[in-house]
Amino acid sequence: MIQVAIVSGKGGTGKTTLSAALNLLFEDNVIADCDVDAPNLHLIFQPIKQRSYDYYGGKKAVIDYSKCTSCGVCEKFCRFDAVRRDGDKIVIDPFACEGCGVCVLKCPFEAVKLVESKAGEYYESLASVAQRPMVHAKLKAGEETSGGLVAEVRKTALKFEESGKQLVIIDGAPGIGCPATSSIVGVSYVVIVTEPTVSGLHDLQRIVETVRHYRRNFGVVINKSTINPEKRDEILRYAEKEGIVILGEIPFDPTVNTATINGKSILEYPESPAARSIVRIYEKLKEILKI
Amino acid sequence: MIITVLSGKGGTGKTTVATNLAWVLSQSRKVQLLDADVEEPNDHLFLPPQIEETEPVEMLLPQVDQKACIKCGKCAKVCQFGAISVFKTGVMVFDSLCHGCGACALVCPKNAITEVPKAIGEVKSGKVHERINFSMGILNIGEPSGVKVIRKLKEKIDPSADIVIVDAPPGTSCPVVEALRGSDFALLVTEPTPFGLHDLQMAVELVSEMGIKAGIVVNRDSRGYESVERFSEESDIPILMRIPYDPQIAELYSRGILFSSHLPQWKVEFERLFEKIREMVEA
Ligand code: SF4
Ligand code: SF4
Repeated sequence: MIQVAIVSGKGGTGKTTLSAALNLLFEDNVIADCDVDAPNLHLIFQPIKQRSYDYYGGKKAVIDYSKCTSCGVCEKFCRFDAVRRDGDKIVIDPFACEGCGVCVLKCPFEAVKLVESKAGEYYESLASVAQRPMVHAKLKAGEETSGGLVAEVRKTALKFEESGKQLVIIDGAPGIGCPATSSIVGVSYVVIVTEPTVSGLHDLQRIVETVRHYRRNFGVVINKSTINPEKRDEILRYAEKEGIVILGEIPFDPTVNTATINGKSILEYPESPAARSIVRIYEKLKEILKI
Repeated sequence: MIITVLSGKGGTGKTTVATNLAWVLSQSRKVQLLDADVEEPNDHLFLPPQIEETEPVEMLLPQVDQKACIKCGKCAKVCQFGAISVFKTGVMVFDSLCHGCGACALVCPKNAITEVPKAIGEVKSGKVHERINFSMGILNIGEPSGVKVIRKLKEKIDPSADIVIVDAPPGTSCPVVEALRGSDFALLVTEPTPFGLHDLQMAVELVSEMGIKAGIVVNRDSRGYESVERFSEESDIPILMRIPYDPQIAELYSRGILFSSHLPQWKVEFERLFEKIREMVEA
């Protein structure tokens, strides 16, 4: 299956706008929202859940107070500052616990154990707006294992190959850490969205390095390209020097904001400059992917 | 007082609010700004610091002495992250999965595992000017988690500063929790769209679970979407400031310029914002 991931070094560059539109333009694809920390595609696609799965990210330490003597050995060995003394009681901070089990190993009274903890859910749905399968997720606030949940979403999306789907469009996680890299490992093509600002260029360089680290083919879209012509030129020069493909530019267009406020894709405003440029980007992508 | 600036999602203007607030407050106070968005730190682009000190952030990775190892498999069994495997030919550690917890070294009966430090990022510190101390964490490319970098960054908190502003990473996952821990106040930056509202709700869920007082800044405010107001009322998290949608602000931002330094009325606005925060923290 062809997998295309849309990413940005940072949130807010217009990644969701572009990926929602591309998801609509490609006809027979599976929609995968891998921005599990702050998923937004469902606001546009209005998915109807058909199946939910629990996601267990990892374990957490739990103290059995009938055995605990508050000796504090666990506190000494925990490297994540997850064990604290609260008065004469030893408590575990579930937000800090990484579930490594060192406290379990060291407790002289066998008072600590690791228990599975539910970190979120993921869903197989039918997008009621685009009438195609959609896989998305919700991570519980404060959980760390979002990279694992991203992997589950992607795996679930691949299952649709059996029903004849050939393409998955992934709305990737922002950043360059574990959820972001989890969104790009093994994909066929990466679309990086950037914007012409001082920070946009800085973030672009970091994500380009990251994508190269994972040896993926990629191209860049400059969003809101008209807000700062100088920075835009700087991005183009950087791209040329580095031999980076520019897939297209989307001019700054207030219609995008109107569409967002109304929870609609920009494609519902087909005459808008932003929608027109996204269609051109889509055509270029089709050429590159040979589909 | 420690104020952490966060947003359910990136791009809502978190950096803008953190840097402008730091700059305005520093006109008359001692401010410390910590950029905890270690995957993509940007504050330094708006408030360029003189970096005086760079410290590595390290984690411990197990290293196996293959000669001493008897391939008993205890290390692999104890590892909760599948980061160490025992093969006939020897033991392998998968660095990117390892959390550096030390469990494998603890259980090895032959003391065949030693732990060696590996750099995963750095913390840079310096001054923007006399009254803004600045530190930022930077995660190395290819490293999975910024939590340790944030933890090290937060060791820099200077109790003698009047105000500490922490620019948190986007999202609501583990690094955000690390950034928020110990804060007196969470300033939630959002924009008035269904996306913004959705991410704001998740951020509110997190701060209430952590028991941290919070207020909202609406960025790129424009008429036509009232749901943030409704949510603010229902959840009892007040809207403390609104930054309108303004091409001039966007343009200044794109050039790396703080709008409060160019548009003087915003100095007053940010001072007012801080007053409201102080009232809430002291209440
Ligand atoms: S626990 Fe020690 S001896 Fe046993 S397999 Fe691991 S490294 Fe080798
Ligand atoms: S240090 Fe912890 S996470 Fe790393 S290999 Fe050893 S047991 Fe696994």
